[in-house]
Amino acid sequence: MSLAIEAEGLVKRFGETAALNGVDLAAPAGKVVGVLGPNGAGKTTTVRILATLLRPDAGRAMVGGYDVTGDPHRVRSLIGLTGQYASVDEDLSGTENLMLLGRLLDLSRAGAKARAVRLLEQFELTEAAGRAVKTYSGGMRRRLDLAASLVSRPQVLFLDEPTTGLDPHARNEVWQMVRRLVADGVTVLLTTQYLDEADNLADSIVVIDHGRVVAEGRADELKRRIGGQTIQVRPNSAADMDAVARIVADLTGMIPARDDDVGLITAPVSDPVLLSAVVRRMDTAGIVVDELALRLPSLDDVFLALTGKPVAEVAE
Amino acid sequence: MTTIAVPPTRFVSPAKALRHGFSLAWRGLVKIRKNPEQLVDVTIQPIILLVVFVYLFGGAIAGGTGEYLQTLTPGLLVQNTLMASLSAGVALNTDVNKGVFDRFRAMPIARSAPLVGAVLADVVRYLVAIGVLLGMAMIMGFRVHTDPLSVLVAIATLVLAGLCFCWIAVFIGMLVPTPAAVQNIMMAIVFPLTFGSNVFVPSATMPSFLRAWSDISPVSRLADAMRGLLTGGPVAGPLLGGLAWLAAVVLVFFPLAMRAYRRRVS
Repeated sequence: MSLAIEAEGLVKRFGETAALNGVDLAAPAGKVVGVLGPNGAGKTTTVRILATLLRPDAGRAMVGGYDVTGDPHRVRSLIGLTGQYASVDEDLSGTENLMLLGRLLDLSRAGAKARAVRLLEQFELTEAAGRAVKTYSGGMRRRLDLAASLVSRPQVLFLDEPTTGLDPHARNEVWQMVRRLVADGVTVLLTTQYLDEADNLADSIVVIDHGRVVAEGRADELKRRIGGQTIQVRPNSAADMDAVARIVADLTGMIPARDDDVGLITAPVSDPVLLSAVVRRMDTAGIVVDELALRLPSLDDVFLALTGKPVAEVAE
Repeated sequence: MTTIAVPPTRFVSPAKALRHGFSLAWRGLVKIRKNPEQLVDVTIQPIILLVVFVYLFGGAIAGGTGEYLQTLTPGLLVQNTLMASLSAGVALNTDVNKGVFDRFRAMPIARSAPLVGAVLADVVRYLVAIGVLLGMAMIMGFRVHTDPLSVLVAIATLVLAGLCFCWIAVFIGMLVPTPAAVQNIMMAIVFPLTFGSNVFVPSATMPSFLRAWSDISPVSRLADAMRGLLTGGPVAGPLLGGLAWLAAVVLVFFPLAMRAYRRRVS
């Protein structure tokens, strides 16, 4: 299988701080690689290096078979980039923005216009095509950003936090667009702070923190390491803590963690159906609960599972 | 890792680079058309200066509004072009801050294209600035006493002056963090430069140190050249002096601007 993106030992320092500390990364052609990590982990620095916007201090990276520092011009002709920094012009309309990019990519005037119309249609922006971008909603703006990175029909697409700050509906739309692109054979490198986004879109996930890769693998592999959901029960009366702990232990087959200070019992669960079983048992036992919830693993849980320490401690 | 045995392409042909520059200049012009208020500083503002100085101070400075209009207008044209020449720096700085610049940088276009585009769009600003001010002055009674060729040379000289002075703004624009800072720093340069000249008052009325400066200052030289070209009088001397200044500005600031720009684009 050929690799569309391959990076080895990328190092980048900004003054005293090392933003990247030897990042290795590989994306097979036609696949989606999700780069997952908290703010400041080095996701954006990685993308900027791969997109030729930043030179690494050490290490090397190839995109589409070309060296990003040795032959940036060829790399640029293969890639598309969407990120909060690679933006469109707010004063221009959607059509004007896309036409400008088409003209810069040496399309004829008619060709650039046709490409703009087609992309605006594809991203459901036809109605807003003539309006200045500054009047667009966040979701529309992001769709135009995405369209702008596709004018060149890139083989490799970098999406740096494409859904950060979007509402769930707009987020879903972006996800669908990404799936369509991948179906057309585009290789996508996507950075995100959201586990479910990586889970939904990525064929493989790279977790980075403090400029290092801390884990990588398919979503299900990582999840197995992270564990599934967590059940949380908070009985109304502290006297019921023991009984609740027994019920939860019984049903999950795990010894639950109990926090008597806040009166909370938690345990990992592999089967969501357990929730209703817990409800029935507590009902029968006549236990009143204040809080009963099934929680998905958060990014914190990922870090806890992958590094054995919560995010804050990893920072030490 | 597959290594492809082709030499790296670093070079975009000059024709292509120029076309990219024109595409980006088009963008600059669309922005002006959509937000004509960004021309206020080079249209309304100089008109206000013209009206205030001519009707308020004209009598005191030159003994009559008509005479003063004839001396002030050519000088004000120089000031206005210098004001217009700071916009390339502001535009480039805005693009860097808003991330539009990075979009261009990640594309296979000439590295120089955003710069060429900003400077080309500026030429249109110069022409608008010159046209509006000259038109208003004519309405107020300004009369050209020379021939059309001299007027053309005057306009060409003004555009050239703008194209030379814009490198100061580009340099500043690549150094400072915000567009507002570019604007403020450039104002702090342009205002003393134009008020410390014979644009508004004859040098003879100034204290000796200021007069010494005013007599040789680029703005005075260019203003005298404009007076010669538009209302008659000596042209060659002041024009040569003005052009020498322009050459000096380019010699100093073009390399500085290019170095600062390259640091931002590479």
